[in-house]
Amino acid sequence: MSAELVTELETRTRRTAAARVVSGLGPLTAFAGLVWAIVQPYRVTLLHPGGQGFWWLFVEPPLLVIAVGLFFHFVVAHGVLEDLEGET
Amino acid sequence: MTPPSEHVHWLFATGFLLLGLCLLAEGLVGTEVWQRRAWRAYLWPGLAFGLGLLLWPVMVFFTNSTLHMVAHGAWAEVFMLAGAIELALVRGKLHSRWWRLGMTAAFLVSGAAFLIHEQNAWFFQRSSFLHHVLGWTLVAGAVFPLVRCVRPRSHTVAAGFALTFVVISVALYCDRDVSPIFGHLSPLAGTPHR
Repeated sequence: MSAELVTELETRTRRTAAARVVSGLGPLTAFAGLVWAIVQPYRVTLLHPGGQGFWWLFVEPPLLVIAVGLFFHFVVAHGVLEDLEGET
Repeated sequence: MTPPSEHVHWLFATGFLLLGLCLLAEGLVGTEVWQRRAWRAYLWPGLAFGLGLLLWPVMVFFTNSTLHMVAHGAWAEVFMLAGAIELALVRGKLHSRWWRLGMTAAFLVSGAAFLIHEQNAWFFQRSSFLHHVLGWTLVAGAVFPLVRCVRPRSHTVAAGFALTFVVISVALYCDRDVSPIFGHLSPLAGTPHR
């Protein structure tokens, strides 16, 4: 096998691995937020909104983590994966 | 209408988490692929600049001590500067890779500000513990943007740089105004939150 072909194969393998990790980052983050919400439900104030002020209802850390994961996956990662596929 | 300080920390944690994920993705796929779309090239430098900008209202509205004001003001300045340098590098207005030392300076100044403005010991309460953790994380994490100037294509350095932001984000999400840490809570700290 020629050195050129080996290098090309290595590059392709590295790109495939990178694509897998990038595509998993968003869902993994969202999953972490979901687990956090289940483990500490008292941090999701929307589950018991009575008597809570604006900030306690607006800023819900586990939901923010889920939102970041989804935003990253659908807005950022999709384009990155398309561009990465275009490279190969 | 001013939010409790812990809520501000959680909002900043959200910004830092997104910043960390973007940097991690850039490190994985390489800068060439990441910058293929113009808006994406400006995404994380813009986010860093925006987070610096948002630290100004924090400085203005959270005036419980002069030291807090000075610390938040210093963070605002260095993060805006670091973000602006990265934006200029992406835009092509700056060329030398040594400009990336701006981010190293931002890490060191932010770390020092965290450590200096926290007057209590590690186990006084949770926010004290987290201030120490954040301070030392930033001081130690400054090695990544520093090495990034010398080895901009290193995947390890890129991953370390990105994960520093993720660690900062986790620490900020853990923050509470008054809460125990590993079972410790000083009677001087006040009434714990839930």
